[in-house]
Amino acid sequence: MLLTRIMLVEFFKTIGRYAQLMGRTFSKPDSWKMFWRMMPREMAKLGVDTIGIIVIISLFIGVIMTMQTVMNTENPMLPRYSTGLVLRDTLLLEFSSSIMCLLLAGKVGSNIASEIGSMRITEQIDALEVMGVNSASYLILPKIVGLVLFMPVLVILSSFLGLAGGMGVAYFTDLITLDDFIYGIQYAFIPFYLTQAIIKSFFFGFIISSVSAFYGYFAYGGALDVGRASTNAVVNSSILILLSNIVLTQILLN
Amino acid sequence: MIEVKNLFKSFDGKEVLHDITTTFYNGKVNQIIGQSGSGKTVLMKCTIGLYRADSGEVMYDGRNIVNMTTDEVKKLHQEVGMLFQGSALFDSQTVLENVMFPLEMFSNMTQKEIEARAKFCLSRVNIDPVAFKLAPSEISGGMQKRVAIARAIALNPKYLFCDEPNSGLDPVTSIVIDKLIAEITQEYDITTVVNTHDMNSIMETGDNIVLIRKGNKAWQGSRNDIFSSDNEALNDFVFASQLFKEVKAAQSR
Repeated sequence: MLLTRIMLVEFFKTIGRYAQLMGRTFSKPDSWKMFWRMMPREMAKLGVDTIGIIVIISLFIGVIMTMQTVMNTENPMLPRYSTGLVLRDTLLLEFSSSIMCLLLAGKVGSNIASEIGSMRITEQIDALEVMGVNSASYLILPKIVGLVLFMPVLVILSSFLGLAGGMGVAYFTDLITLDDFIYGIQYAFIPFYLTQAIIKSFFFGFIISSVSAFYGYFAYGGALDVGRASTNAVVNSSILILLSNIVLTQILLN
Repeated sequence: MIEVKNLFKSFDGKEVLHDITTTFYNGKVNQIIGQSGSGKTVLMKCTIGLYRADSGEVMYDGRNIVNMTTDEVKKLHQEVGMLFQGSALFDSQTVLENVMFPLEMFSNMTQKEIEARAKFCLSRVNIDPVAFKLAPSEISGGMQKRVAIARAIALNPKYLFCDEPNSGLDPVTSIVIDKLIAEITQEYDITTVVNTHDMNSIMETGDNIVLIRKGNKAWQGSRNDIFSSDNEALNDFVFASQLFKEVKAAQSR
């Protein structure tokens, strides 16, 4: 009972600190000039530099999903084009919008938490504060805005690459014909699925960047503690992505 | 001038500073000295406003930082320069960009003027122009401290704080840094507060020295008063070294 109470108090304390930090983060930047200089840099570092891993994972997932779908759904009742349809909807509804964000939480989240955490333990954040700079706004806001704006690009890219992977299977193997596959990815397309993927990506981009920044910002101690903050950032942003995915899917599909 | 009046600070119910009252004077190197864990860093951080004091006053030329709102503290901080123990230079920026940073944030200068001012500050602390484009990790510890001083004076601060400026430096470089701090203090007529336990620093540059012991102010005076003082806390701290014991014995003979 006591333990539950302590955990609840800690939970609400954490929520409070997160809300306070976000309040400071979204206050007016001390210098818009610096914000506009930092934001594209963060977009490049957190978004563009992630394209490589997105390309590899999405292509291979597209290949594997196509092969699995063809080989495990041998039913004469199923039309031949269903493989393309299944791949398209899976990519748009879950893989590119949610699972890809979980992977990004690992790469981008740990990057943000360890960068800000290192700045904290080497007193660089204190140095900003002593200069009169709102360190939260200066460090975190460009990361959040940069990642949130770039996430839809990554999600759309991932969907296209997944489909390209599937198309590669159709082209290079005799598991499915290219015509059937292309017909499948065009069949009964609901454009809102794309909108849904983009809306989800905004939310997940915000979760990854803000939660990771929170754990980095409040890191203290030494290198080990930065590592711990980084791990906490990845674990907690992943859990939050999974939970919010349920809520968002419920809202968006209704 | 910074006046600290009846300052108290606790962490989780444990009192770290107890009723500290002292004055840091303009144009002088004011030093906070004491053993590790005595509370001198907490005193410095409370004075700057990085920690909020439980009670008491810290008056910056009549302005009490303890009662200020966050925005007022931010505004006051633009008059403050600080040299951190580990230099705290921004890893992602070059030496020149580090010094340009406060100017870009808070001055209305053009980019050309900002660069010129940053280069002037770097040359004032004797940094070779070859190092301007280097990253902080590519220069020595002593150079990092000098770059941090250049960054601290870029905006012409009224108050300069230095947290253990000699830590991790060899004795020769330490003296260079001490002299630089003393010169800048007089040249720009600023209130400098140095947190140190380095005896060379104390004897070289300590114009106004405050000794902190177990969270209390144990003694205050200048470096010239040290050898003549019979304050027990001061003698325990200063004459912990056999060398200084012998110097005192020789002086008394």
